[in-house]
Amino acid sequence: MQPLLYDNTLDTLFMVWWSTFYAVLFGIPVGVLLHLTERGALLQNVVVNKVLGAIVNIGRSFPFLILIVVLIPFTRLVVGVSIGPTGAVVPLAIAAIPFFARLVEAALREVDKGLIEAAQAMGGGTWTIIFKVLLPQALPALVAAVTTTVITLIGYSAIAGAVGGGGLGNLAYTYGYQQYETSLMITTVVELIVLVTLVQLLGDLIVRRLAGRGTRASSVRVGLRRLRTSVDEATLGTVDAA
Amino acid sequence: MITTTGLTKVYRSGDREVTALDGVDLHVREGEVYGVIGQSGAGKSTLIRCLNLLERPTSGTVTVAGQDLTALAGRGPRANAALRAARSHIGMVFQHFNLLSSRTVQDNVELPLEILKVDRRERSRKALELLDLVGLADKAQAYPGQLSGGQKQRVGIARALAGDPKVLLSDEATSALDPETTRSILQLLRDLNRQLGLTVVLITHEMDVVKTICDSAALMKNGRVVEQGTVAELLATPGSELARELFPVGGEPSGDDRTVVDITFHGSAATRPVISELARTYNVDISILGAAMDTVGGKQIGRMRIELPGRFEENVVPIGFLREQGLQVDVAAVAEAADTTGTDPAAQPAIPVPAAPLEKEAAK
Repeated sequence: MQPLLYDNTLDTLFMVWWSTFYAVLFGIPVGVLLHLTERGALLQNVVVNKVLGAIVNIGRSFPFLILIVVLIPFTRLVVGVSIGPTGAVVPLAIAAIPFFARLVEAALREVDKGLIEAAQAMGGGTWTIIFKVLLPQALPALVAAVTTTVITLIGYSAIAGAVGGGGLGNLAYTYGYQQYETSLMITTVVELIVLVTLVQLLGDLIVRRLAGRGTRASSVRVGLRRLRTSVDEATLGTVDAA
Repeated sequence: MITTTGLTKVYRSGDREVTALDGVDLHVREGEVYGVIGQSGAGKSTLIRCLNLLERPTSGTVTVAGQDLTALAGRGPRANAALRAARSHIGMVFQHFNLLSSRTVQDNVELPLEILKVDRRERSRKALELLDLVGLADKAQAYPGQLSGGQKQRVGIARALAGDPKVLLSDEATSALDPETTRSILQLLRDLNRQLGLTVVLITHEMDVVKTICDSAALMKNGRVVEQGTVAELLATPGSELARELFPVGGEPSGDDRTVVDITFHGSAATRPVISELARTYNVDISILGAAMDTVGGKQIGRMRIELPGRFEENVVPIGFLREQGLQVDVAAVAEAADTTGTDPAAQPAIPVPAAPLEKEAAK
């Protein structure tokens, strides 16, 4: 593999990994808060809900390139630099948090209200409902949301090349397109396709495994069973640890 | 055990107000199975949710096991620690089971114990013991998705018992189940009631449920309790709608010039040959329109609908004779007239129209 391709692959993985990490870290609380402050929900609070909703909407409506530029002073404040892969992680994360938060909100909305009522009837408080009912029950949908976010971030990371973020998207553009290295461009694009496909496949496997828990009709293909079990245990382990 | 006084719940949506509960006074004695029956929309679901304050009543009080929950609750819609502690000792089972699909059966039963901060080993011991009690010891590691409806409800019951409750609230617990499973779940509730001295309040739209296991019952209509009492009291109440529903006897009169009498036998009167005595003493021809023996609330009860020739005025003496024998006698037309005083008497049919059977609401 060319060193150029190798370095840029690492850059992409670096940016996507860290921005996803922060998107999940901050997006889950924001999504939970959005859900719980909704009308008729546990912590119904119209003001908080509307303000938070407005912030999320503003974050989501920014074109990513503009967001990067607007955030330059903030990025410098947080990570010390505003360029390179490290500098790109901040705007990527800022763009992904509201995106992921909305997905979390939607995932939590699908949790049966009867389960919340049952937990309340047992004497459970808000924390119990969040950590023992809402999040575990929404786990398959949350994993699907992470998958979508990762793939979106792979796309966004190409734009991060504008601030010298590097990465595969940038490689395809600067070397492949601008310097007429068509074969490099094609290689890069193919690699991106493979990357996205792998992420989607892995995400789907986990989701199906989680959602299929205990259903007699769970369509488990024998060939994938072993793989799925190990994947399942791995993810469950990290979730438990978190 | 459970007392509500003047329980009222008004829902406001925009400027429309809907009164779901309208001054409900309920008295549930310790150790009894108490059924609240009514059509959908009668307010029974709101009522049971008010008993553990899942719904905040607009006014009125709820006292469970000597604790005034409405006073505990404090202000605001969120449950404070005192109310949550009280709730953890009131079990509740639901129509749609409300089990967490992400947890195994055992972990579902452990959830209330986790809330009570019971340590891991004790949780596990207690959960397995409860699963054994409901007959699901072998399903501890299964997920709810692998169970049948009846099994899920057993898990729901085991979970409801985890906090060692004195009171179990059952919200249409059998309405999503088939008749056979319904019977086995009701049997389980009955056993728990006897073995653990558990007070059970259940709401249902199925008269059969009340008939099978309830010691007492209340009939709800439009947010009010219109009749309540022990099953025996209800059956002994002339013109009681619940009694008629609990124990219907059919049969249409053969002509206009007849008196239809419903006779209820219970206790020692049931063994005496009153009908032949009546026929011999007064030389009347008696037609039997309908009759049934049944077990209601664990007691053998017989009911018979007979027809005497002639109008009520001509039959005062034979009817008096039946009453003297210690039987409960309802003269159909008279009972109906008493039921509907104030309405146009001319419109009253001579024979009561059997109350429309309670509408079976489809499982939601």
